[in-house]
Amino acid sequence: MSWNRKHLLDIQSLTAEEIMTVLDTARAFKAVGERAIKKVPALRGKTVVNLFVEPSTRTRISFELAAQRLTADIINFSAEASSLKKGETLKDTARNLEALNADIIVMRHSASGAPHFLARFLRASVINAGDGAHEHPTQALLDAFTVREKKGKIAGLNVTILGDILYSRVARSNIWALTKLGARVTLCGPATLVPKVFEQMGCHVTYNVEEAIADADIINLLRIQHERQRLTMFPSLAEYTSLFGLTKARLARTRPEALIMHPGPINRGVEIDSEIADSGRSVILDQVTNGLAVRMAVLFLVNGGKGPQEVAA
Amino acid sequence: MPKATVILDAAAIERALTRIAHEIAERNANCAGVALVGIHRGGVFLAQRLAGLLSGILSQKVPMGSMDVGMHRDDLDRQPAPTLQPTVIPFDVTGKTVVLVDDVLFSGRTTRAALDAVMDLGRPKQIQLAVLIDRGHRELPIKADFVGKNVPTSLQERIRVRFREEGGTDEVTLEKQEPA
Repeated sequence: MSWNRKHLLDIQSLTAEEIMTVLDTARAFKAVGERAIKKVPALRGKTVVNLFVEPSTRTRISFELAAQRLTADIINFSAEASSLKKGETLKDTARNLEALNADIIVMRHSASGAPHFLARFLRASVINAGDGAHEHPTQALLDAFTVREKKGKIAGLNVTILGDILYSRVARSNIWALTKLGARVTLCGPATLVPKVFEQMGCHVTYNVEEAIADADIINLLRIQHERQRLTMFPSLAEYTSLFGLTKARLARTRPEALIMHPGPINRGVEIDSEIADSGRSVILDQVTNGLAVRMAVLFLVNGGKGPQEVAA
Repeated sequence: MPKATVILDAAAIERALTRIAHEIAERNANCAGVALVGIHRGGVFLAQRLAGLLSGILSQKVPMGSMDVGMHRDDLDRQPAPTLQPTVIPFDVTGKTVVLVDDVLFSGRTTRAALDAVMDLGRPKQIQLAVLIDRGHRELPIKADFVGKNVPTSLQERIRVRFREEGGTDEVTLEKQEPA
């Protein structure tokens, strides 16, 4: 029941026990967010840098608020307004941030493995806030937290991830987390976006949406990422909706207790019917609230043991 | 194997808690405003039992909460992060006499963290401290209001408190660490 990692780079290398430690810690931080004074001094005097080389709003704001609620100082660094535009390398940018004595660097980058690269030479802790199509560990942790909170458990549940799997770091991190915690994961979407090779990660792949959602306890919808698709992977958004969108007719054929999740931003009328998104079956806004608690927990955990070490008595 | 001496057995712990409950009642003549807050983990079991005893003495329910002070510790970056339990205080602390309950009082740093954590929740009228064991070696100017037993110790010794809630029997032991 402890955490001994300096960085959070991916879910793949975590043990089930480490994932549960994050979820348990996040439970304590969620309670902090429900108080009149939503702040604790756990990271007082520490500096957190949001190094977002790829644009992001919700993840950046979530980390920013999480750091503030832990009383850390936070600097936001975005690629558009930085020296990266002037030709500075990522390594030099990071070294400059470290020269300012940054303690934790939260990084979003369009290249898979960029946070791992930084972690190799920085003294600061690195938290991966999404690297290319590789992983988005805090999203998977907040999804797992939400599932456990709503269902009381994760092991044995049927979780269906529906949509663009190929380009999705959320899908990869979720598959790692959920399979490690004992859930049965089914992937579904257009064949071009859901390669069979994903079965090697221990999940079931189907192209029949009715089969995918019939026995699901959780249906996690992923956004169609127009910005990552260099080729046309399906004919039109309207065709995607008619074949894979979560419509009211399809929802009627799911288990009544099945919950709908979505990492956001949602495209109403594309992957999800607008009324379903606002219904009691949707836990999309709970995911946002829980994301804050999970990011507080991750910042808190990687901060452990970073200062002068106590001499064992 | 370290040598262990039993300092308090189950009956002695029960007697100490009964006395502390009476002392809390006596000290706070108008007990309407008293609330107990147990510090994880041992303090929570003790606060639950004290709340039961105190409710009996006063013939009215005494509110009780539990607190993890991990977020307020002063050594967070010196060791691996602790696993936190949720803090559950189902009442408003403002205006109340809050009695913090812990199993062992040692350096005083946990109590310091608990004081800050309570203040973050509101403005109590008073904060008092009840502990089962005071083993000395304070590093901060903190003193308990209610003590089950004072146990002079050396820094090489360890106090272990076991609770029936954890599946064994109630017992406090003093263990001497053998030199390695």
